[in-house]
Amino acid sequence: MADEIILLDFWPSMFGMRVRLALAEKGLKYEYKEEDLRNKSPLLLEMNPVHKKIPVLIHNGKPICESLIIVQYIDEVWHDKSPLLPSDPYQRAQARFWADYVDKKLYELGRKIWSTKGEEQETAKKEFIECLKLLEGELGDKPYFGGEKIGFVDVALVTFSCWFHAYESFGNFSIEAECPKLIAWTKRCMEKESVSSSLEDPHKVHGFVMGMKKKLGIE
Amino acid sequence: MAEEVKLIGMWGSPFSRRVEIALKLKGVQYDYIEDDLTNKSPLLLKSNPVHKKVPVLLHNGKPIAESLVILEYIDETWKANPILPQHPYDRAMARFWAKYIDEKCMLALWNACWCEKKDREKAVEEAKVCLKTLENELKDKKFFGGESIGLVDIAANFIGFWVGVIGEVVGVELLTIDKFPILCKWRDEYLGCSVIKENLPSKEKLGAYFRTRVESASQSK
Repeated sequence: MADEIILLDFWPSMFGMRVRLALAEKGLKYEYKEEDLRNKSPLLLEMNPVHKKIPVLIHNGKPICESLIIVQYIDEVWHDKSPLLPSDPYQRAQARFWADYVDKKLYELGRKIWSTKGEEQETAKKEFIECLKLLEGELGDKPYFGGEKIGFVDVALVTFSCWFHAYESFGNFSIEAECPKLIAWTKRCMEKESVSSSLEDPHKVHGFVMGMKKKLGIE
Repeated sequence: MAEEVKLIGMWGSPFSRRVEIALKLKGVQYDYIEDDLTNKSPLLLKSNPVHKKVPVLLHNGKPIAESLVILEYIDETWKANPILPQHPYDRAMARFWAKYIDEKCMLALWNACWCEKKDREKAVEEAKVCLKTLENELKDKKFFGGESIGLVDIAANFIGFWVGVIGEVVGVELLTIDKFPILCKWRDEYLGCSVIKENLPSKEKLGAYFRTRVESASQSK
């Protein structure tokens, strides 16, 4: 029986992009369904009644929610191709730790950068750069966080890179100036078809954020 | 080579106790190191420089931080009494509910107990939504993990024990049998398990700790 895979998503979501990337890495065919988050579909509300959020992966009718949980699920089911988590338990723990770190920090700080002003924005920018520098340190001299190939932490983090242009523009700062090694890593990732086909155009994302700011009445 | 397992923890922390439950469940021998969180030890700061928090597991000198990450590590390293199910879909569900407990429930329950009186009604409603969601997930299972305790049950230790202790101290009863009969039944089964019972702080000591907190909060007003 062929696998039926549906992804409920919202095009600018860096969380949704993680799932797209994992599916691409595994070479999986799936049906992409765009959600209008101001008018959530009955399918989304049925498949994620707890959080009512995207992304949701529906595999043979059964839903999985929360992007990193979905990525781990994909990795476990389709374990023969392009493994994302290492096989060593300690390295797996380190990968989970850093992916969790990205989740805990970057979204909130990024949101503050584009939606606040003055001191609140400055604090957010400073903390954001500190987080990226810490991640740079974790990357070290490796080509990817996963070592020679992209892994779980790469998938968790690289999808934020298409939001960097928006953060830089609305925050009036340069991420590359502060974290050149990390930007070099994002460029290296983008050379892979799975990454470039899963991430959105930074200018499109910028336009989306501009639209959000107007809607929320933020100058 | 003999295995060296150390746990840096704090007696009253539900996160720290989660790790102890898992280690005991698997029959792993370990050295427990109590950390004074008001004066964090050099070992803690070196082992968890990113968050500077307990618990931290040190396995043959290598540190692992974040309780849910530690639980998965323990499950993958010591195979007796598995905490996570075998099937990828069931594993995803277990991770989902453990995350829900960590990110939504614990915060909502904590807020409901400690918020200002004017915000209490709303906070209690939000906490009850979380409890109802868990009640619905439990359905007719003995434990979240099925017949035996699993990842979600271990993650729910705060709900099983701390909520009741704090509730008594601040006068907010959240887990009531009329609204949450299934969850209350789970709590009784849960607290009856020896591996849980033996890895909880003393009710008296925890109650006294939170009473001190209430007193110092009212004195600083």
